[in-house]
Amino acid sequence: MSEPDLPDPATEPNASTDVESVELDVFLEAIQRVYGYDFRNYARASLRRRLWRRVHGEGRHSLTGLLEAVLHDPQAMERLRVDLSVTVTSMFRDPQFFRALRELVVPHLATYPFVRIWVAGCASGEEVYSLAILLREEGLADRVRIYATDVSEQVLEQAREGRMPLDKMKAYSSNYLEGGGREGLSRYYTVDGRWARMDPTLRDGVMFARHNLATDGTFNEFHLVLCRNVMIYFDRTLQHRVHELFDVSLVDLGILALGARESLVGSPLESHFDVIDAESRLYRKVAG
Amino acid sequence: MSVVTRLVALGGSWGGITAMQTILRDLDLPDDAALVAVLHRQPIRSALADVLVRGSAYPVEEAEDKAPLRPGTVYIAPPDYHLLVEPAWLSLSTEEPVKYSRPSIDVMLESAAEAFAHRLVAVIVTGASDDGTAGARAVHRRGGTVIVQDPKSAEQAVMPRSVVEAGVADRIAPLHELAATIGLAVRSRPGPGHE
Repeated sequence: MSEPDLPDPATEPNASTDVESVELDVFLEAIQRVYGYDFRNYARASLRRRLWRRVHGEGRHSLTGLLEAVLHDPQAMERLRVDLSVTVTSMFRDPQFFRALRELVVPHLATYPFVRIWVAGCASGEEVYSLAILLREEGLADRVRIYATDVSEQVLEQAREGRMPLDKMKAYSSNYLEGGGREGLSRYYTVDGRWARMDPTLRDGVMFARHNLATDGTFNEFHLVLCRNVMIYFDRTLQHRVHELFDVSLVDLGILALGARESLVGSPLESHFDVIDAESRLYRKVAG
Repeated sequence: MSVVTRLVALGGSWGGITAMQTILRDLDLPDDAALVAVLHRQPIRSALADVLVRGSAYPVEEAEDKAPLRPGTVYIAPPDYHLLVEPAWLSLSTEEPVKYSRPSIDVMLESAAEAFAHRLVAVIVTGASDDGTAGARAVHRRGGTVIVQDPKSAEQAVMPRSVVEAGVADRIAPLHELAATIGLAVRSRPGPGHE
């Protein structure tokens, strides 16, 4: 997919940039006040990319043009909101993480009579199904409840459906095996045209629900929280808020899993966690 | 000196690792500069940073999300993530590949152009796709300098030639002269305390 060039008639290198940065501030402030959607603490560079995609998608030429569209047309706002909330993931992304989950985390979880897991920012469910498969193979599925949340109702609907593009299953299969899979991934889905339909019994212990990491509070106590490659779209301030949310949502010795290039370094909550495995970004909440 | 005021952003694919090694061996940056790089490669865990740091005068790190930009440091995009540049730190994204690439050189350059404008030097080396051309256009528009490896000296000419044909190359140099060309170009950009 090629990105259209950003129109920029200004010859003075910084002039247009400054105007645009004001437009961006105004834009974010306005949709927060009118619609209550708060993207002000999203990481600017990727936010800007997505906004410009909507500028072109709505046939506009500037952020101010897009703002006019979304303020007067709730449908345009909805298209923008969906575009801003969607995260992209894959099944068994980072196989070594899933191997570490099997080897380092499962034995700990197995000591609890009942286990609650929160997949925060589950998107279209790839990680939820990966986790459900892993827990079944490790004999834990019967006493685990997975709470899978996302800010977007649309992607939750996709996640509940459990439908993956068939052409991706080959890559997912090799991830699965590399991550310590004990069977073959094909055991867990049926082919339906161009789609792979995940075994519906994988959803038995899973609850999908809407939750906004930027504004909502905690809703249970968890033994494991997975939030991988979700906070990369947030700035430091919002990241720290979410770290606090996870801290209060975890039981003592509860485990937090972050994405392969995320960490708690520099977070005010850093001292609340021990590193279990630096490579796979697994943290344990310190007791007390 | 703790703030990066001038940035070099380098992109390459086929043959890019060797090219970047050659550049890092001879590169001499001012104290307020850092370098970020996207090299296309297979999305597997690799020790690319370990390979690149050999013979390099600067430490080489695989970028972490929200890592503060530190002067005198080389950052490479991790496999399977886009690398985006903010004025004071780096950000990662798992959005869809752009032109079949993640990391994408265009994504890095467009964000770097936005963050550093005329204080940016973009470098396009050997590669077999035209990723980087749209990014080089953005750098050019924002007043940055675009340096291209001479397609004749490139292992794969497609990527550098595409930038040259787009008409946005400010300098064209063979591989063994790239480090010196980059050093001069960075020093010609306004440094700390200059507008």
